[in-house]
Formats: sequence, C-alpha cells, structure tokens
Amino acid sequence: MSSEKMHFEYRVEGGNFSEAGYPSSQVKKTLKQLNVEGNVIKRTVVALYEAEVNIVAHAYRGVIAVDIDTEKIIITLTDEGPGIADIKKAMEIGYSTATPEVREMGFGAGMGLSNMNTNADKLSITSEVGTGTIVEIMNYFHK
Amino acid sequence: MDVSELVTRLGLIVIGGEKGLDREITGGYTSDLLSDVMGHARSGSVWITLQTHKNVMAIASLKELSAIVLVKGYQPEADMLVQSNIEGIPVLGTEEEAFEISGKIYKHLNG
Repeated sequence: MSSEKMHFEYRVEGGNFSEAGYPSSQVKKTLKQLNVEGNVIKRTVVALYEAEVNIVAHAYRGVIAVDIDTEKIIITLTDEGPGIADIKKAMEIGYSTATPEVREMGFGAGMGLSNMNTNADKLSITSEVGTGTIVEIMNYFHK
Repeated sequence: MDVSELVTRLGLIVIGGEKGLDREITGGYTSDLLSDVMGHARSGSVWITLQTHKNVMAIASLKELSAIVLVKGYQPEADMLVQSNIEGIPVLGTEEEAFEISGKIYKHLNG
C-alpha cells in the first residue's frame, strides 16, 4: 500500500558541523513513531550519523534520501566531493583522510566506515574520484 | 542512580541540561573519539570527555546517553550548552582528569 511507504530528503552542507545529526535525529523520531524495534533504530542511527558526518567532513554537499516501507529502511547518501580513491583502504579501522581540524573535534579517527558496516544489514559504497560518493544503507525491521 | 545523585556524591558542577537531572545512569564511557562513542557507548551511560562542541550533544541524544562529564575544568562551547538545555541532557563539570573521575564514577556505579 502506498500509504505504508515514506520518503524524506535532507540536504547536507560540507563543513557545516553544527547541523550534523539533524537527519539522524529525524529518522530516529520517525522510526520510533513507527514502533520499529529499538535495536534496529539504534543501528540505523549509528550508520546514518557516520555517513552524514562523512559528507560534512569530506564533501562539498550532499543529499540524503530516506525510503521506508513496512519491511525496511533504505538510506541513500549522494555527495558531490573528492570521492574515495581506495574504498577497501578507507574501510580499514584507523585509516582516515580527515583534516587536522576535523580530528581535533574527535572525528576522523578512521572508525566511521567500520561503524557503518557493523550497523547496516547491507552497505554499499560507490565512488568516483573528483565527482563524489554514493553510500547506501539498508536495514530490515524484522530479521 | 540518577544524574543528580552522581552530582551530589562526586561534587560535580551542573553546567547545563538541568531538566535531565533525573535521568538514570546505567554505565559510563570514557573517550574523546566521537565515532568510538557512537559505535560502543551503551544507552544510559554517562560520557566522560574533553570534547566541548555541539556534536557531543548530537551523539549523546542519538545514543540516549544520561549525561556528559567534562574533565579538567573544560567548559562547553555556547552552542553545546544551548543544545544541552534543549535536549535535557545534563552537562556536568569537574576539575579532575578523565582517569580519576572515570574511576570514581565506576566505583559508585558498581560499589
């Protein structure tokens, strides 16, 4: 039924850390209203927040598209940015290309992608250097 | 134990988020790396850190943490304090270092 499908979009501005977390908190609220199981909400929020912060820390701008149906949530984050040259390397814990300023804030410790991987049922990352990155996070509501 | 009891027992300073003083504390996490907290802190924990910017509150809210303890007399930046009051998640202060205050909190939660 179409009434059981929801779609939201959020815009993210590169470098604007003060707004980071807003899409994550909105998604959290929505999932709570839908009575999604707590652990699924927690995992989704961790994965989304990390992906969101990556846009803020590395890209110029991005769009977060959230699609929810009765079975799952799919979050697609599309950014315009430098892209990721070596995704396999970027997945390694401790590897980061974050600036010193970003690291000083406690971000950029090279744990973000690993957190996303742990907290998503399906994670897909595609990237083109010089163009941008697309991250897709999918979590099922029932296992 | 709720946040106000921890404040009393350890002589912490309540800097902001007073309306959350009745939040229950079920554990603690000490880290200055935000993704570490995001990935590993459990809800209901008090977060001991020297990070003082607004994103600390975003993580505390998303992870449903009970309170933040800023060590070594660090003060929150203005927008972190505002967010603490909006979220009702207390920001507490101590002059002690992370190791010392973490040890004391651990003892009170497990003693």
